Amino acid sequence: MKQHFRKTLIGFGIAVIGYILLSVLINSKMLNDFYIRILMMIGINIILATALNLVIGFTGQLVLGFAGFMSVGAYMSAVLTMKLHMPFIPALVLGGAMASVFGLLVGVPTLRLKGDYLAITTLGFGEIIRVLIVNIDYLGGPRGLPAIPKYTTYTWVYIICVLSVLVIYYIIHSSHGRAMISVREDEIASESMGINTTYAKISAFIVAAFFAGIAGGLYGHFLMFIDPKSFDWLKSFEIVTFVVAGGMGSLTGSILSAGALTLLPEILRLFGFSKYRMLMYAILLLILMLFRPQGLMGSKELSLKVFKNLGFKKAGGEK
Amino acid sequence: MSLIQQLINGLAQGSVYALIAVGYTMVYGIIRLINFAHADIYMMGAFIGYFAVTVFHVPFLPALLLAMIGCAILGMTIEKIAYKPLRKSPRIVLLITAMAMSLILEHGMATVVVGPNPRPFPELFKINIIHLGPVQINNVQIINLSVAIILVLILQYIVYKTKTGKAMRATSYDMEAAQLMGININNIVSITFAIGSSLAGAAGVLVGMMYPRIDPYMGMMPGLKAFIAAVLGGIGVLPGAMFGGILIGLCETFTKAYLSTKLSDAIVFSLLIIILIFKPAGLLGKPTREKV
Amino acid sequence: MALLEVNNLTIRFGGLVAVSDFNIEIEKNDLMGLIGPNGAGKTTVFNMLTGVYLPTEGDIKVEDKSIVGMKPYEITKKHLARTFQNIRLFKSMSVIDNVKLSYNYQIKYSYFDTIFRTPKFFRLEEEIEQKSMELLKVFKLEHKAEELAKNLPYGEQRRLEIARAMAANPKLLLLDEPAAGMNPQETHELMNLIKWIRDHFDLTILLIEHDMKLVMGICEKIVVLDYGKIIAKGTPEEIRANPKVIEAYLGEECAVHA
Repeated sequence: MKQHFRKTLIGFGIAVIGYILLSVLINSKMLNDFYIRILMMIGINIILATALNLVIGFTGQLVLGFAGFMSVGAYMSAVLTMKLHMPFIPALVLGGAMASVFGLLVGVPTLRLKGDYLAITTLGFGEIIRVLIVNIDYLGGPRGLPAIPKYTTYTWVYIICVLSVLVIYYIIHSSHGRAMISVREDEIASESMGINTTYAKISAFIVAAFFAGIAGGLYGHFLMFIDPKSFDWLKSFEIVTFVVAGGMGSLTGSILSAGALTLLPEILRLFGFSKYRMLMYAILLLILMLFRPQGLMGSKELSLKVFKNLGFKKAGGEK
Repeated sequence: MSLIQQLINGLAQGSVYALIAVGYTMVYGIIRLINFAHADIYMMGAFIGYFAVTVFHVPFLPALLLAMIGCAILGMTIEKIAYKPLRKSPRIVLLITAMAMSLILEHGMATVVVGPNPRPFPELFKINIIHLGPVQINNVQIINLSVAIILVLILQYIVYKTKTGKAMRATSYDMEAAQLMGININNIVSITFAIGSSLAGAAGVLVGMMYPRIDPYMGMMPGLKAFIAAVLGGIGVLPGAMFGGILIGLCETFTKAYLSTKLSDAIVFSLLIIILIFKPAGLLGKPTREKV
Repeated sequence: MALLEVNNLTIRFGGLVAVSDFNIEIEKNDLMGLIGPNGAGKTTVFNMLTGVYLPTEGDIKVEDKSIVGMKPYEITKKHLARTFQNIRLFKSMSVIDNVKLSYNYQIKYSYFDTIFRTPKFFRLEEEIEQKSMELLKVFKLEHKAEELAKNLPYGEQRRLEIARAMAANPKLLLLDEPAAGMNPQETHELMNLIKWIRDHFDLTILLIEHDMKLVMGICEKIVVLDYGKIIAKGTPEEIRANPKVIEAYLGEECAVHA
């Protein structure tokens, strides 16, 4: 516990220093609006990627319709702030809670399925959520919800992003997390050791859906506009890509890849590839997968320890 | 419109889904990959047909054949470049690669080759509407249905009556064992991609004739529906894919006609989910039990 | 009252009767062996006892309460734990995490404790850690606690599987070919270990084994299964002398021994 206290203090320190650095950069106009927007998008994508990694990477359940939960949170919180004039943070939390409810509704029937079948059913549910929203006039139908108040600031994104990653980290490093990982490793053995695997899977799913909902709320109050198309299966796929490219089962991997892959199209745009950026993005992704199928980090975590180890044994990588 | 009329429209639509679904199912059966790029191979088929007709002024059958051959080559090439090196990787990695390949085809076509705007597919046949009592059917629908049926029959022949087909079935059943029996796995996988892709290419041309506007993103929705058809029928099972394709076509046409156009996609997805919940291996698939 | 009472247990897969009319009673502190030729249905019996397969007919009672129809994890809570014929460790988890997992249902804290890292969380995690370490010591794996399970040599993986099952706090331990793939030296050590844990933890053990030496050496009672049916029950001496067994399974090898 003492050790934990020290670790927490160090982590807190790093987070505060990071924030101060960020504010200095922003307030001194070193980072213009364009960069701030990208940074905020990265923060939101980190929340999505780490949350989905809990389900795909740690619990081993291939879920594809993740953007559906993001849309539930986005619409819920937008309605709460716009139409019911609720303050931002409670609206975000309620958006996350609503997404969790959907997570439960989707998870209970589908998580019995395995592998590709699970992937497809969740993809289907994501699409159903989208089509339903298209058909609800109160939510703007296919035209979307315009004029959402711009409550999302870089401070909020930063704080919520850090907290989300921390909570997911805490869950992984607990008995609940061990149960989830054991489901990924061997479901039958896990069940034979007294683990209610359905419970483990569904709780991972609900937690992930909650954070997806929060991320959706941040997203809506950041772009000030949401429409069903922003949460289609390409968006779902983008989040899965963050997870796989970063390394399934590596939180730091998810963070790095969410950052890099959000940045990549923007960099391509800067270099004048604006028209070809999706094509280049896809080609780079293909190359990454071909040459590093385990993702950037594999299932390892980037930590201070890794740097220490590097000094002792070079090239002591996989296996 | 009458019920029988809807039935005919549904069959015409469903036969296209079936042709695409067969490719999904064959590839899945052999390397357990959901080949997302398959939908774009179908799109490529439509464009190859388009160029064959507009540039080389060939009639229907050669255009169809060109599209099939072109797509077969494309399919094999994609497999060799993108999937073969990853055959031993986790399946989700393959899935991402397939998706990347799909994006490359779509955006490559939209930015480099033809541009993002839809193009009119040339009219290969004058549309003649034939009246049969209250039902009307046009000659394009008849041609589409007959081509689809002939192709499916040829496929059945290849898979169930030839040596190659036997090797394909063996590989799908157990790749390692098939290899030990002297089957060249790489060839079989290539052939599978070639056959599946050529059927998708044919579907591209057929759809081009039915809905004469083609664009680089035309594969997305039909691709997804065909894929659902494959899963619905029991992925990896050939008759399942055909059956599923027809079922989705009918279901879609009927919901559009009698329930709601806007909700028809949601209804198709719900159908899939309901069926999977009650029959987790699809309608014609066999449930597998993990050996403990 | 028997610890485990199995009556008339039968399972059919389609038309195939894998096990039929299987009856045994296991008393507390028994060390019973279940033997039989390949495909006789031994592992199927284990799978029914632990809820992986649902029997077509028959009843399984643990301490006089039926467990048929329960999920595997519910059965584990009735103090039945098992190992697997083809090792099923959590390969990418550390050795100690493999063992810690089995305490999940016994030492519980909530998501609230987890997320806010409450004192309760640290207290219980500490307890899990200590208990797991103690078990690893029993199985001489304590120096490898932080290694990944998949990096252990074969014999140690087998031991870890038993340790993990022990952590699930069983009264009845089911071992599925614990000595498979071990060399004679390792097998000998394992025999002693099994006997020792039986006595030390006041345990009842049912084991499937191919290694005759091991079975005859440590089991006090033996049940022989052939084609899904019990063909003999008794002490090692009785089994050795039973002509049916010799014919069905032991064949010449045992005839020479006898």
